[in-house]
Order: sequence, then structure tokens, then C-alpha cells
Amino acid sequence: MDFTRRETLALTGAAALTFVLPFRANAAVDDAIANFTGGAAVGDAGVELTAPEIAENGNTVPISVSAPGATAIMILAAGNPTPGVATFNFGPLAASQSASTRMRLAGTQDVIAIAKLADGSFARSSKTVKVTIGGCGG
Amino acid sequence: MASGVKPRVKVPKSASAGEAIVIKTLISHPMESGQRKDSSGNPIPRSIINRFTCEFNGQSVIDITMEPAISTNPYFEFEATVPEAGDFAFTWYDDDGSVYNDTQSIAV
Amino acid sequence: MKYKAMTAFAALAISAPMLFAGGADDDTLSIDGEVMISKTAAPAHMAETGIDTIISGWHFREDDTQAMQTDTFDNPGMIAVDQAIDAWNTVEGTAEKSCASCHEGPESLAGVRAVYPKWNAEAGEMRTLAMQVNNCRTEQMGAEAYKYDGAQMTAMEALISVQSRGMPVNVAIDGPAAEYYEKGKEIYYTRYGQLELSCANCHEQNYGNYIRADHLSQGQINGFPTYRLKNAGLVQTHNRFRGCIRDTRAETFAVGSPEFIALEVYVASRGNGLSVEGPSVRQ
Repeated sequence: MDFTRRETLALTGAAALTFVLPFRANAAVDDAIANFTGGAAVGDAGVELTAPEIAENGNTVPISVSAPGATAIMILAAGNPTPGVATFNFGPLAASQSASTRMRLAGTQDVIAIAKLADGSFARSSKTVKVTIGGCGG
Repeated sequence: MASGVKPRVKVPKSASAGEAIVIKTLISHPMESGQRKDSSGNPIPRSIINRFTCEFNGQSVIDITMEPAISTNPYFEFEATVPEAGDFAFTWYDDDGSVYNDTQSIAV
Repeated sequence: MKYKAMTAFAALAISAPMLFAGGADDDTLSIDGEVMISKTAAPAHMAETGIDTIISGWHFREDDTQAMQTDTFDNPGMIAVDQAIDAWNTVEGTAEKSCASCHEGPESLAGVRAVYPKWNAEAGEMRTLAMQVNNCRTEQMGAEAYKYDGAQMTAMEALISVQSRGMPVNVAIDGPAAEYYEKGKEIYYTRYGQLELSCANCHEQNYGNYIRADHLSQGQINGFPTYRLKNAGLVQTHNRFRGCIRDTRAETFAVGSPEFIALEVYVASRGNGLSVEGPSVRQ
């Protein structure tokens, strides 16, 4: 296939853009985390995230989070058009700092949970969830 | 007001004082994310439930900020402590300003 | 020598995926503690198909999807059932009646879903559940018919299905139904579309295998209307037939058409013996 100069330039531009876009998405995730933590350091013990390894359909993916003693847990989907999923704020009558919900995933990506623990420190956990494209019926 | 929005909550009928119980909530709502386009290619505007709260006798159990990535017909499961008999109040706040409520009493 | 080893290796490589091609799993389906018949001996009329055990589509889904169906609270399809209960009690139409006026509670329709589609002798036609609901609405209530595959009809089908939950499907295929059974069977084995696929190609010859990332089921409809995660909503039998045929890149029959009515009779009868699960949860 012969490319004109115009086509080559357009293609390279598009290719460059696809390299840039994921980085921009990651910036959104970093911003969301910074907003939640106020820039504080984030450890990796203290929050547990349960998500399926393979989601049968990206429309409804069941997940749960648990962080004993936490005041809040934020969930992000690193590969979605907007990373925010939900923030659980636990009140005085919460029997445990855990919750389950169902979320949408646009494609295979990391799901991240950040918990604000009782002592003011933060903890992070993440899982990669594969989202499949079905055969018949989509 | 989004049409046909119906909440469902599952709370045990009774518990012992101080017991931890599991609460499940479901509400029918399309949770239009703002990412979809209609048949002419125009984006369908976002229209979701953006907040859910559960209180017991006025005290907060959980307060959830919700984003478009929560699935259609939002579902939540969490645990609450029941210090005494009383009422659980569940509230969902819609982007369009509507507020949906449900209450469940529990005996001790 | 080299060629022999290579063919042997190739044969092994081809057969290996078969070993891993997940068949139906061994879990037991119980909804709110009530055990469902989700696997049973195939009905007599399926003797030539080579299928000796009929299996509910539930068994072919991932654990998370399966879990959503085991509790009627977790099942998002039950929201539609709630909405249908409201509709059931709403007075509509020129006769100033609601469903409740004649049928009292929805429980009075226990066993109905399990035998549909059913021949209606008085009217002289094969009726699907949706057709019967609309007949009640237009003839008995003087109300407007629901759109065949609209949200209200699907919700009402779900409500009626719940009343038969656990009961074995028992669709008649003799007498006046025989003609529909034969026609439906013919459609089931006809290849459609650019992809030239028949229902049997996937659901009889390849159930348990994967088509891309989708785990093929036997194509049973005992769980319909089903809450499809993909649609985040209830889907009806005819909708699914239409979707499947469209996926073969063919012009599909219409919802409520005689072809689909016949196909529904045939496909439902392939599930005779499985419990009505509706509304089920599928991908």
C-alpha cells in the first residue's frame, strides 16, 4: 500500500497520540489519588480489594473492599475514561469498614483501592481485571 | 426525576443489641454515564445517582460518593451495628436533584 | 520419522485445548435455598441430537455471575418483578380492571410459565406468554397492548416466571403443537446468514466450548426472561433469537413472528425437565 506524505503524517500523528493518551489517563488517576491523600505517602498494607480475575461482562463487575479501622476507601478504575468509581465514607455505626458494589470496566485494566486508615495514613491495593469480549451476543 | 426508579433494601427484621448485620441495597436507575452516544452520534448527557447514605436513628452508617463507573441498578452491601431498636434511613441523591428514600425498621 | 513426530505433536496440540475447553461446571443452583433442577436427562424427543443431559445456561457462567442468581435480592432482574407487581395492581383500560381484579395475586399463576408456549384451543392459535398477556389486556381489560418486547411486557413475563420458579418446564409438543414443533426444529437446524451458522452448530455441537471469550451454553430458555449483564436489563426469548440470528449476519425474523413462535416452542421443549429459573442472570 502506498502512502502519500499527507497520510504518513496523519498516521504518525495518530500513533503519537495513542502513546500520549494512556499517560494522560494515568495522570487523572494520580490526580484523584493526590486529592484523596493530600499528597501523603501511601503504604501497601491495610486494605484488601477483591475483584474477579476475568469479568464475564464489563458492564457489571462485582468488587469488594475492606480496610479494618479505615475512615474512607476510594476506588479507581485506571483504564476507564474517568477513573473515579466510588468513595466509601464509614460512619460511627458501620460495623466493619468493608463494602461491596458492582462497577463498569471499559476494558482490561487495574482497579485500585486507597484506604484512609484510622491513624491518618493511607494504604493502597490494586488488582488487574481482564474484561473479555464475548463471541456471539457481544 | 429519572422514571421508574425503585429502591430495594434487605435488612434483617431483628437483631441483638450491638450486633453487626449485613445490609444490601439495590435501586433501579440507568446510571447514564455520559459516555454513550445516541443514534445520531450526539453524546447522551450524564445522569447518575451521585451519592448514597445510610443512617440509623440519625447516626451515619455509610456515605458513598458515586461516580459514573458504578453499574446500572447500583448495588451496595455493607455492615451496620445495631445498638438499639430503630429505623434505618436510606437516601439516594440523583444528579437531576431528585432524592429517593427508603426506611426499614429493626427490632432488638 | 520427523514427520511422524510432528503430526503426533500437532495432534496433541489440537486435542489439548479440548481438554481445557470448559464443559458445564458441577455447582448446584439453589435460589434462596431452593434447589433447582439445572441438569437432567434429555427429553425423549431429543434422542437423535446426541445430547443425553440437558444443562441450564447457569452452569456455563463465571462464578460471580452465577452468584448473582442465587439470591433473589442480589438478582437485579427482580427489580423488574417489583415494577410488574405495581403494574399488576394498577387498574387500566375501559373495563376498569387490573390484573388483580381477575387473577387476585400473582401466585395464582403458578405453573403457567412452565407450560408456555401453549396452544389456545378457543382462539385456535399457539400463544407465547407475551401474546397471552396482551390478549388479557386487550380483550379482558380493554387496555392497550404492551409492546411485545418492551420493558413492561418483559417485567410482567419476569413476574409470571417467578411464580413457576423451580417447576420443571413442560411444553407440549403433540397434538396442535406438533406443527409448530416441527417448524421450530427446522429453523433450529437451518444455517443462516453470511456466517452460515445454525442454532445447532453452536448450541448442540459446541456447547461447552468457547466462541472467542464466550462460553457456549446449550441454548436453553428455561431462565428467560434473563437479566443480561451486557444490557444491564431483562432480555426476552425472542430478543435473544433475534440477536443470535443477527450475529450470523442475517436478516432476522421479527419479535413475535410465526417463525420465532415456532422456534420458541421447539427450544422450550428441548428444556423440558429443567426448572424454570426466571428471571435468571446471564452475561
